Amino acid sequence: MTNVNNKRPNLAVEIAGIKLKNPVMPASGTFGYGEEYAPFLDLNSLGAIVTKGLSLNPKAGNPTPRIAETTSGMLNAIGLQNVGIDAFVQSKVPYYRGITTPIIANFFGNTLEEYGEVARKLNDVPEVTAVELNISCPNVKQGGIVFGTEAAAASQVVSLVRKALNKPLIVKLTPNVTDITVIARAAEEAGADAISCINTITGMAIDIRTRQPKIANRTGGLSGPAIRPVAVRMTHQVVQAVKIPVIGIGGIMCAEDALEFLIAGATAVQVGTANFIDPAAMMAVIDGLERFLIEEGLDDIRQVIGSLQV
Amino acid sequence: MKNYSTTILANHEISPGYFRMKLLAPGIKAQSQPGQFIMIRPQTGLPTMLRRPFGILRCGFLPAECDGLPEREYLEILYKVVGKGTTFLSELHAGDRAEVLGPLGRGFDLGAIGTEKILVGGGIGLVPLYLLAETLIERGGKVRVLIGGRTRDDILCVTEFERLGVETYVSTDDGSLGEAGFVTNVLKRKLDKYPQAEVFACGPMPMLAAVAHICSVDHVPLQVSLEAHMACGVGACLGCVVKGVGHSDSNPRYLCTCKAGPVFSAGELDWGRMESQSESCTKGCA
Repeated sequence: MTNVNNKRPNLAVEIAGIKLKNPVMPASGTFGYGEEYAPFLDLNSLGAIVTKGLSLNPKAGNPTPRIAETTSGMLNAIGLQNVGIDAFVQSKVPYYRGITTPIIANFFGNTLEEYGEVARKLNDVPEVTAVELNISCPNVKQGGIVFGTEAAAASQVVSLVRKALNKPLIVKLTPNVTDITVIARAAEEAGADAISCINTITGMAIDIRTRQPKIANRTGGLSGPAIRPVAVRMTHQVVQAVKIPVIGIGGIMCAEDALEFLIAGATAVQVGTANFIDPAAMMAVIDGLERFLIEEGLDDIRQVIGSLQV
Repeated sequence: MKNYSTTILANHEISPGYFRMKLLAPGIKAQSQPGQFIMIRPQTGLPTMLRRPFGILRCGFLPAECDGLPEREYLEILYKVVGKGTTFLSELHAGDRAEVLGPLGRGFDLGAIGTEKILVGGGIGLVPLYLLAETLIERGGKVRVLIGGRTRDDILCVTEFERLGVETYVSTDDGSLGEAGFVTNVLKRKLDKYPQAEVFACGPMPMLAAVAHICSVDHVPLQVSLEAHMACGVGACLGCVVKGVGHSDSNPRYLCTCKAGPVFSAGELDWGRMESQSESCTKGCA
């Protein structure tokens, strides 16, 4: 494994002012709070750690069954179960003091006020480098319309959080929309520093013997390799539509999958379902990216980003 | 716990629909406690993607080879074919490769030394009780194993348990082997006779709920091993949760089967809600 210069290629990238040693991080909800995976990989070798989604109050989550495997993917309706922001700060954050990798706190709300309040609380947590805003939630005060499916609602929540927050703001988009570029632009104009896309695609699976949905919530979010071509397409569209950096997400299982997103123009990627299948999956992705650069005779991952030939 | 690729040594159908798989598993004996589980997936040609959780049936050392190779450690799982994942697993052969993650979760607390121990296994739920019985016997003390199943085909490994020196009692719902009726009837009789016993149970949820009811009426300590659909096995996906005692919508107390369990003290769980939960498959779901 030597290239001509006998120098290791550069994998470092920068997103919203955060320096990442490589472009690989877990997708929220697939990596716990990070600590759960410490026995299987070196957390300090990741580009960043993205936490499980946090809310103002603890959230119970949905009844079981909550997950079902489908062809090349899985459906989940966990229901955003989490300990709540205060318990996170008290019991999870201290662990991050021993970690050099940037911590990105993912959070969500069901009202504008909740979003604002969580953002303000995160301002006071120095261990959290940046936040990722999940706008795939229904606004309970607005008839349950999902913030991220309507440009005006997306714009409202992003600009509210932008004003409340003094850290870099990444906005995570839902793919369950007619035109994702409209929402991406709304988020950018409202002050997002970066976009991550995509969240899971709403799906459903039925047990033909019992005639019941396979998960208790009836519908759930589809993830895994089944959604990757959709995610690559949407990443490509969003990259064209905005000037801020994009983080590509959707069914990445290996370095080759990650490279599709990077070539499409994503500055970084998130690995989700693959963490469940192999807890060391991200290490293989990082190693594979380096190997790819060496094979291609490149010395910097940034030569790959956005290198799509059309 | 470890994450490794390994070789399948054997994979045979031991009763209609039940398979027993042996895999190389370096270091397993020292690392695992009775009641823990592994997550496993075949390495190649996958029609399914996620690993599946299986209780560890046995572990030990293969005899040293005459060519001077060192003793090699193995583990065995026993699983019922219930869906795509287990169907595919059942089609693997000796020499095929598999990826193993484990041992995972919290195993059985062995309880007080010298007291009567009653182990209750329903169908494939017998699996995690073997290592437990072996360990309890090594510590000394009386161990009785009550084995229940729908039919004689669902009664597994009786001779193997007997070889450990435990007393076994078999019951089937249809009376095709042993006593006719539920294993819980046998349990009631044994508890009448041995009221100081500690009980350990694994099996389908309705059986566990019935065992929990009996033990709570008799004030007998009970540990149960649960199973659940899970994606990760390490407490991240939150797919495998069960309701803990005191759970309510305003004060959620969800426990991860993979991490807080799979073995729980009966008092940790909300049994009122447990009975309404679906009758899950057994260790070896989907």
